[in-house]
Amino acid sequence: MSAAFMSLRRCCQRSALLAVAKRPWSSSPAPSPPLHTRFLLFLAQRFYDVEMLLSWGHRQKRMAIHRRNAYYGYTKNLYGADIAAAFYVLSLKGGFRYVGQSEWFRADRRGKFNWDFLNHKDTLLEEVNMSHTVINSGGLGNLEGQTSLRTLSLRGCPEVDDWFLAGLHVFQDSLKELDISHCPRITVGGLAALRNLKGLRRLDVSSLPKVSSPGLVVLLLEEMLPQCQIVATGYDHSLGQFGGGEVEGQRENESRRSEEKTPRTVLQLTAASENCRGKMGSYNKDTCIFW
Amino acid sequence: ISRPLCATRLAYHLPCNSWNSCFCGSDLETQLAAARKKASDALPGSSWSPFEANPNLPPERADIVIVGGGVVGWSIAYWLKQKERVREGVRVLVVEKDLTYSQASTVLSAGGIRQQFSLPENIHLSLASAHFMRNINEHLGVLNEDPVDLQFNHSGYLFLATEKAAHIMEENYSTQRKAGAEVSLLSPDQLRGKFPWINTDGVALASYGLQNEGWFDPWTLLNAFRRKAISMGAIQCCGEVTDFKYTTKRILTSNGDEMDLRRIKSVKVQLPGSLQYQPVECAIVVNAAGASSARLTEMLGVGYGGDAAGTQLPVEPRKRYVYVVHCPDGPGLDTPFVIDYSGVYFRREGLGGNYIAGTSPEEGEEPDASNLEVDHQFFEDKVWPSLAHRVPAFEKLKVTSAWAGFYDYNTFDQNAIIGTHPLVTNMYFATGFSGHGLQHAPAAGRSVAELILDGNFTTLDLSGLDFRRILAREPMLERNIV
Repeated sequence: MSAAFMSLRRCCQRSALLAVAKRPWSSSPAPSPPLHTRFLLFLAQRFYDVEMLLSWGHRQKRMAIHRRNAYYGYTKNLYGADIAAAFYVLSLKGGFRYVGQSEWFRADRRGKFNWDFLNHKDTLLEEVNMSHTVINSGGLGNLEGQTSLRTLSLRGCPEVDDWFLAGLHVFQDSLKELDISHCPRITVGGLAALRNLKGLRRLDVSSLPKVSSPGLVVLLLEEMLPQCQIVATGYDHSLGQFGGGEVEGQRENESRRSEEKTPRTVLQLTAASENCRGKMGSYNKDTCIFW
Repeated sequence: ISRPLCATRLAYHLPCNSWNSCFCGSDLETQLAAARKKASDALPGSSWSPFEANPNLPPERADIVIVGGGVVGWSIAYWLKQKERVREGVRVLVVEKDLTYSQASTVLSAGGIRQQFSLPENIHLSLASAHFMRNINEHLGVLNEDPVDLQFNHSGYLFLATEKAAHIMEENYSTQRKAGAEVSLLSPDQLRGKFPWINTDGVALASYGLQNEGWFDPWTLLNAFRRKAISMGAIQCCGEVTDFKYTTKRILTSNGDEMDLRRIKSVKVQLPGSLQYQPVECAIVVNAAGASSARLTEMLGVGYGGDAAGTQLPVEPRKRYVYVVHCPDGPGLDTPFVIDYSGVYFRREGLGGNYIAGTSPEEGEEPDASNLEVDHQFFEDKVWPSLAHRVPAFEKLKVTSAWAGFYDYNTFDQNAIIGTHPLVTNMYFATGFSGHGLQHAPAAGRSVAELILDGNFTTLDLSGLDFRRILAREPMLERNIV
């Protein structure tokens, strides 16, 4: 680390020199290049310093995400594990619903939320919606004690990766619905880890960009989880592009897939298209199982 | 090229530069220009020299020379560069004799990682390596380069045990849980419920890893370590270590025996396919040569003579076969890395119904380790019957491909040797992993770097894997198969 500070100090000293006395650009009488070109050449001569500054910037961003997903041990000691988990969900701008309650506690876009959730002490969480948050596998430790977690929605989470899916085995008895669509880091290796979720009845794996042969993967998932209904929209299954690819046209894809598949999958797919348009929180869990 | 144009310009212009095409100008002009250039080169002040220095030679001096450019060697190089406090504080040289890695154990490995060991040191090494790989882009990401994608399959390992070995499995399970591994025990009924394609005949207990277990691409990990270490200033050299220059000091032990203490002064690195060599003066040598580690210690003269000095490094190459089979009706996406109690293992490879299978041969029937030829009869005799017995769908399969690789097999107790040699003061060992080198590489590299730069282990205590246990003849045995 001290090496970085030394080089930064040197860089600052040299740039101070440049600001004070403008040296001639070169010994030839050609006119000096414009300011932006001179600035870029200045940076190019200090390659390692620039590299270090940029890596610092990236590391700060990563540290910020780690800090947001830190272990809420203090809250746990003061209020108990369930309130800590609820507070964690709200701090990350997610939403949840308690067991036995019907109202959802959510944080709005600016991160403000209602503190009424503190009134329900020692109540487990039943449904958690962490879509478009920065939850990662470290943050999953905050939700570990939730043995009644039935629905988990992780739609569009940029930090959810295969290691996160492997860590979901702690919910293997209770989890019934999982939505991991639009997560850019999930690959087939992580989907294989979902086999531990024996209670899973609905799995949404739509539009995963890193899954290379989505049709095959969905078939293998259906084999692996026979009692689970798999929703996989947003993939382009046309042979012209070697399968793969992403298209945001839902209905035509589903009808194309349903022609090739067995009756059981057809039922699942048509049911999926109906349920897809339902909203989170207004589900009736009993109608989720289709045969 | 405008030859006619040049001919007309001949009278008016100076002779063309001899570096341009010789079509310009007549022969006399070009010869004159070449002679002029030769003369100016011969005069002092020019950069021409009659001796061509081979640019592939390693530097003349290095602080730490790591012999062996496999995943363990590059992991140590990365951690040494990571832990140095000052930029270019340690000059690290990694010497690898074959940059195509055609016989290296790293790239020929099946690539699995598990925490289901019985020794706590091994469990901690695997767990720490898994945590390293979880955030691998934080550790090994280089600016402006592609992120590292290990293609990690989180399918877990499944160990099967008979009645007699069930109690060992239960003890191992409690050790693993205490060390922090996520493992679960399954009865035969639960096993059949989870994996309906398994035949639970003879199985009394099964142990299944839930997290941090699976397999990945070893070549990606090796290249990630190499790229990051080189970006931080480690130097790579393609060459073979053929000799050491060392000083010997005669010492008297407490028993009154006389011992020779050796200190390595320089390493002779021979370039491949040539007689050129470079003696590299160094302070510390790390032996991460894998299957050929014993050759290095022989060069030092360790292993000849009286009692403690007569202990050779008990690491030798053992050939292991890996067969790729295709079975269209085989187990699906959830196939873990299954290890049967007979020693036969298999795992899924890709999504097209391909599997990788193999087994460790019996002690007395070790194949010849001088080459990497595959014995296909071995599959028919030893691997297929157990495979078909365990998974009935494998009765109909086809072997599509096979390869062989070396284990750096520790003949003493099949566990790693990490630490210094008592009689060679500045040689550190990181070898003898016996098939677990790849999965222990990140954590073992960190421990060796701590040993070298901090003087003792700080994160993981691997003092149990020291060389001293070999001198004291106290084996640290793994009570587990494979």
